Amino acid sequence: MGDLGGAFASAAHMILARDPALLGIVLLSLRISLTAVLCAALIGLPLGGALAVARFPGRGAVVVVLDAMMGFPPVVAGLLIYLLLSRAGPLGRFGILFTPGAMIVAQAFLVTPIVAALTRQVIEDLWQDYRDPLRSLGAGPARAIPTLLWDARVSLATAVLAGFGRASAEVGAIMIVGGNIAGVTRTMTTAIALETSKGDLALALGLGIVLLTLTLAVNAVAHAAGHAAARGLR
Amino acid sequence: MSIVHRAAWLAAALLVALRPAAGAEERFITVASTTSTEQSGLFDFLLPAFTRKTGIAVRVVAVGTGQALKIGERGDADVVFVHDKASELKFLDAGYGVDRREVMYNDFVLIGPKPDPAKLAGGKDIVAAFKKIAAAKAPFASRGDDSGTEKAEKRLWADAAIDVKAVSGTWYRETGSGMGPTLNTAAGLGAYTLSDRGTWLNFKNRGDLAILVEGDRRLFNQYGVMLVNPARHPGVKVADGRAFIDWLTSPDGQRTIAGYKINGEPLFFPDYGKPAS
Repeated sequence: MGDLGGAFASAAHMILARDPALLGIVLLSLRISLTAVLCAALIGLPLGGALAVARFPGRGAVVVVLDAMMGFPPVVAGLLIYLLLSRAGPLGRFGILFTPGAMIVAQAFLVTPIVAALTRQVIEDLWQDYRDPLRSLGAGPARAIPTLLWDARVSLATAVLAGFGRASAEVGAIMIVGGNIAGVTRTMTTAIALETSKGDLALALGLGIVLLTLTLAVNAVAHAAGHAAARGLR
Repeated sequence: MSIVHRAAWLAAALLVALRPAAGAEERFITVASTTSTEQSGLFDFLLPAFTRKTGIAVRVVAVGTGQALKIGERGDADVVFVHDKASELKFLDAGYGVDRREVMYNDFVLIGPKPDPAKLAGGKDIVAAFKKIAAAKAPFASRGDDSGTEKAEKRLWADAAIDVKAVSGTWYRETGSGMGPTLNTAAGLGAYTLSDRGTWLNFKNRGDLAILVEGDRRLFNQYGVMLVNPARHPGVKVADGRAFIDWLTSPDGQRTIAGYKINGEPLFFPDYGKPAS
């Protein structure tokens, strides 16, 4: 009980005092997760859309693999990307291991299948309704994808937010490829892991409360933007 | 085309917003080190002094000794700063590192619950204490993560002629994690554990754990620093890495190490250039 009370007190203190170290960690966490989600959306939305309308042999297997990739263990993803980016690995000469860039790569790798798989499902449902009208207008599947993505934007926003949830909550991958370096690659989740290691459970849980608040804020902003957009279109 | 425009505009805005902050330190070295140096708070105290003096920032990746050596072996750090002499010498022999120097030492302590079911409190003989734990089948939390501390602990079990592999999962629990998490587990289980003194002194969630055995010569814990071999990994920052090693072993660096105290108690004792005890 002492730790729980202490956690809320330390969370309130950190937020009110605007601790510069905490601010740096919060901004870094946001920068990494939002960039990763942006990359994942730029790849995952068109990929999911294409998979929804395309018909080719082995498509069923591709869909199953993509869906399964949503459950890719972060620690395995981190290890794979560590081996790729390590100086002794194939991409070692870029020297991005233990930098925020490596953490963005790792999170984008985890989030892209989530965005792509959810997009595939949403667009496939929509494609049932749109196929005949679009075909009568002379639009084939490839030209239909941008229209489908745009008309499904509200559902797709949820897919992207699910991806953001995965990215911001994840610790296994970024701990390995980022190294949890103070002031360089220390994010909210790796800082929580570190404070737990030090036995400072109140501070760790306080950071957790800050992280949850942040996740709530990002989702609230996304929803507000969605409502504003919906009103603007009427 | 509006969807393409919107997406492009959004992407551009996000990229601008997410650019790294200006003025980030450009000149830095990467040091693979152990959780004990970081979690004891030593680096927070030591590294700013070095950076002020030289303008070189130090990025520490704090993991177990086994993993730190692996990071050095793959060329992903410039300097390795760890505590297991046997594996350090193996690392040098294999040509992964050069210029090893002994920097400082501290000691391991046997931590346990205050009710002390194996009756160890106040003992000075660590091997006898380990034998008593095994005889009482009292819970013992081991790191189990190939760290310097685990290797020291395993050597003590061997000295006590106890095969802990055979009893792993019974009274002997391998947590497979760092010193702090293992201390958290010990506090939860009421288990004994071997810790470096630095991490213990800086550890907050002690529950009813306390130091029960200390001061045995076999609990000595030497820290060594090495440069990753630049002949093997051309990316290694030789000059700046060497500047760090030189400073750690200089009178100024050694004084700074000695000056790190918690509640007036020093955590590490500089010993560069002194004969091994």
